[in-house]
Amino acid sequence: MSKELEKMTPELRAFIEEWKAKPGNLIMVLHRVQQTYGYIPREIAIETSEILGVPLAKIYGVITFYNFFRLRKAGKYNIQVCLGTACYLRGGDDVLKEFEKQLGVGLNATTPDGMFSVEAVRCLGCCGLAPVAVVNGEVHGKLSTKDVENIIAKYCAEG
Amino acid sequence: MAYESYVLVCGGTACCSSGGTTVVETFKKELEAAGLKDKVQVVVTGCLGFCEQGPIVKILPQGTFYVQVKPEDVKEIVAEHLVKGRVVQRLCYDPEQAKKLVAEANIPFYQKQYRIVLRNCGIIDPEKIEDYIARDGYKAIEKVLFEMTPEQVVEEILKSGLRGRGGAGFPTGMKWKFAQQQPKGQKYMVCNADEGDPGAYMDRSTLEGDPHSILEAMTIAGYAIGASKGFIYIRAEYPLAIERLQIAIKQAHELGLLGEDILGSGFSFDIELRFGAGAFVCGEETALLQSIEGNRGMPKPRPPFPAVKGLWGRPTVINNVETLANIPVIINKGADWFNKIGTATTKGTKVFALTGKVNNSGLIEVPMGTTLREIIFDIGGGIRGGHQFKAAQTGGPSGGIIPPQFLDTPIDYESLAKIGSIMGSGGLIVMDETDCVVDVARFYLDFTVDESCGKCAPCRIGGRKLLNYLKKITDGRGTEQDIKDMQAICDAMNKASLCGLGQTASNPVRSTLRYFMDEYMEHIKDKKCRAGKCTKLIQYKIDPAKCKGCTLCARKCPANAITGTVKQPHVIDPAKCIKCGQCELNCKFGAISHG
Amino acid sequence: MAKLTLADLRKMREEKQQAMEMRDASNKDVQVIVGMGTCGIAAGAKDTFTALVNAINEKGLTNVLIRQTGCMGLCHSEPTVEVVVPGMPTVIYGNVDAATAKSLVEKHIVGHQLIDDKILDRPSIDIIKNA
Repeated sequence: MSKELEKMTPELRAFIEEWKAKPGNLIMVLHRVQQTYGYIPREIAIETSEILGVPLAKIYGVITFYNFFRLRKAGKYNIQVCLGTACYLRGGDDVLKEFEKQLGVGLNATTPDGMFSVEAVRCLGCCGLAPVAVVNGEVHGKLSTKDVENIIAKYCAEG
Repeated sequence: MAYESYVLVCGGTACCSSGGTTVVETFKKELEAAGLKDKVQVVVTGCLGFCEQGPIVKILPQGTFYVQVKPEDVKEIVAEHLVKGRVVQRLCYDPEQAKKLVAEANIPFYQKQYRIVLRNCGIIDPEKIEDYIARDGYKAIEKVLFEMTPEQVVEEILKSGLRGRGGAGFPTGMKWKFAQQQPKGQKYMVCNADEGDPGAYMDRSTLEGDPHSILEAMTIAGYAIGASKGFIYIRAEYPLAIERLQIAIKQAHELGLLGEDILGSGFSFDIELRFGAGAFVCGEETALLQSIEGNRGMPKPRPPFPAVKGLWGRPTVINNVETLANIPVIINKGADWFNKIGTATTKGTKVFALTGKVNNSGLIEVPMGTTLREIIFDIGGGIRGGHQFKAAQTGGPSGGIIPPQFLDTPIDYESLAKIGSIMGSGGLIVMDETDCVVDVARFYLDFTVDESCGKCAPCRIGGRKLLNYLKKITDGRGTEQDIKDMQAICDAMNKASLCGLGQTASNPVRSTLRYFMDEYMEHIKDKKCRAGKCTKLIQYKIDPAKCKGCTLCARKCPANAITGTVKQPHVIDPAKCIKCGQCELNCKFGAISHG
Repeated sequence: MAKLTLADLRKMREEKQQAMEMRDASNKDVQVIVGMGTCGIAAGAKDTFTALVNAINEKGLTNVLIRQTGCMGLCHSEPTVEVVVPGMPTVIYGNVDAATAKSLVEKHIVGHQLIDDKILDRPSIDIIKNA
């Protein structure tokens, strides 16, 4: 499958140049890359490695160590189901399974049409609303498996 | 047209069930009879806490707090309090102290909470530095920079008895002293805001609600240890806290409260943000420093301690958000004020994120020495849905599970350690009888195995093995030998792991083995999960007395595990049953149950 | 803004404190304070905020100050709103959705009545004010 290569934006390049001289810059730079593209594209990682003078292997090591960084693009709607303790006790895992079942994808996978991806995340800190799922920053609280269908339908309708 | 007084009647579940609804009606009737209908408004409220003393009635504006008010008491309250303005002493919470309650300004001691860390949260606008300044903000910095030497600052913090709120409880003043005693040169002050415990969000709320208090505290610490540079290591998952910190840093810079020559004192200090990226192990000091340096967050053996050799090899103090939030208050009010609060070994307050199966989940701050019972039942309003309290979990994946017999233990570092848990960062998760402790232990192990950095073998291999045993037991394949093996692994991990994560990862297992061995044995011997959580052990049963033989369950069963003839009780074949629960969900007669 | 000296900071604190007390004494200002921490926002505090602004504009009220604050800790009842009306006890409302926000303006601020079922207790005394 061929895919279009991402190009480094001038803003990102300026950010990396600005941080280049600061010690311990790598994680801050990777955050900016992910903020720009939604993930860390290989070609950008290579370019970053060249600008910062940090081996690509080290960059890969850091990306894979931390849960926050992703190597693949998420769906247009990224569904993050909280599996913090409060959510788990109130049935967060059932909600997660229901999303996977209804969308027909596994965990950390994207639907073939690129619309939805499903992720399990650590505590989102809205334990009062447990169980919680966040879709592109929008919080859905006090969920049960019955709500899953409506949530998916809502975003399908938005296209 | 405004009312002169207000009668608030608690409409929480507990108060309603103990007769609160009738109290409301009686108040309305009596007020009408006394001709006060237009002067006094009767209001039903949300839960006011203190549920075991319900029904609760509060009279405003005086703030008088009446407990266990029965309909027959209402007449007296109306006649005495609302007509004559005399408090009905016998209905106050504690007649001895009733006088204290008369005026709103006095401490309403019925409240169990006391807020030092959260003093400004929910009161000031966190995006306005003036709001913080008006509430004694940056007053401690004045005192420190112009009236105290760095040694005196450290001495004050030592004297206050403040201990680290990140989990381990190391005396904060000692940490500062070690770093202060290092030779002059570049030193660093780091704030650990990488709050990773699932179910804990105290630090996030503090940063979102009162960011300047952390900046002020870090500057004080910087002055005390001789550091000119500070870092706040914060979770990237906290965008609002990051935004508010960025605003706060900018404002403090503009007013000269951060940066060069603060307030003309000659002392310079600056703070930068560094983002975490979702690695639980980075809550550990040495791993956190690795992450700030831009590396994989793997811990290092200690010593050398960060206070001697920390960030880029320089002396570094790392304090958690909650610890720091106490600092300005200690400086302003003095160590002697602070160390009067709490227990013999643990001073001050603790913020807990109270969640799980409790009615009023939320963020609470209580003096050290408060009991779990007071937290869960008085503040938290008891267990949801009328269920039974089964256990409380403190300290997240590094903590233990506390059974009901310890509900009255006063909470401090030592007492929690004694009963096999830890204070931790402040997650407090309440469980009821529908939660399976073996399953919860598995949940936490799942987490720590996922988060183990893999550097040392006891944590990497031990954690995985423990998890496998727990999976085996929750699947109904466990043996008694497994329990013995698990105990040995727990000990090995505890003794031999490199960092706090591995040393404490077995705590959920150790504590459940200690207090809930009977449930482990039920899983192993009887292949039974009493909470009905472990799916593979669930047995669905049809009660022949209730079954009408409508055949609906048999038609809904995807595995054809249900058989029977029309109008005759049906039966489930456990060998075929896939435990999907469709039969129970669809039965119109409540004849199917699981356990 | 210019950098402060020690004297400037003290003056600023005093002025701000006075300004806050004056507001209490002059009996003019009504304050509506919305809890806007992450959990408040997740529970819909932004909608509540907008509904309050709309209701206040509709009623043509000019003496009401709406501001935000951090989390009060009452996560089970977010969004929370504190209402300060001179001559009335200050109260905190929980579970304030857009509809409640509207009736809060109409009944509490304009009608000087407390609303049923939503009032919560402030969880603790204020150690700064009650020093």
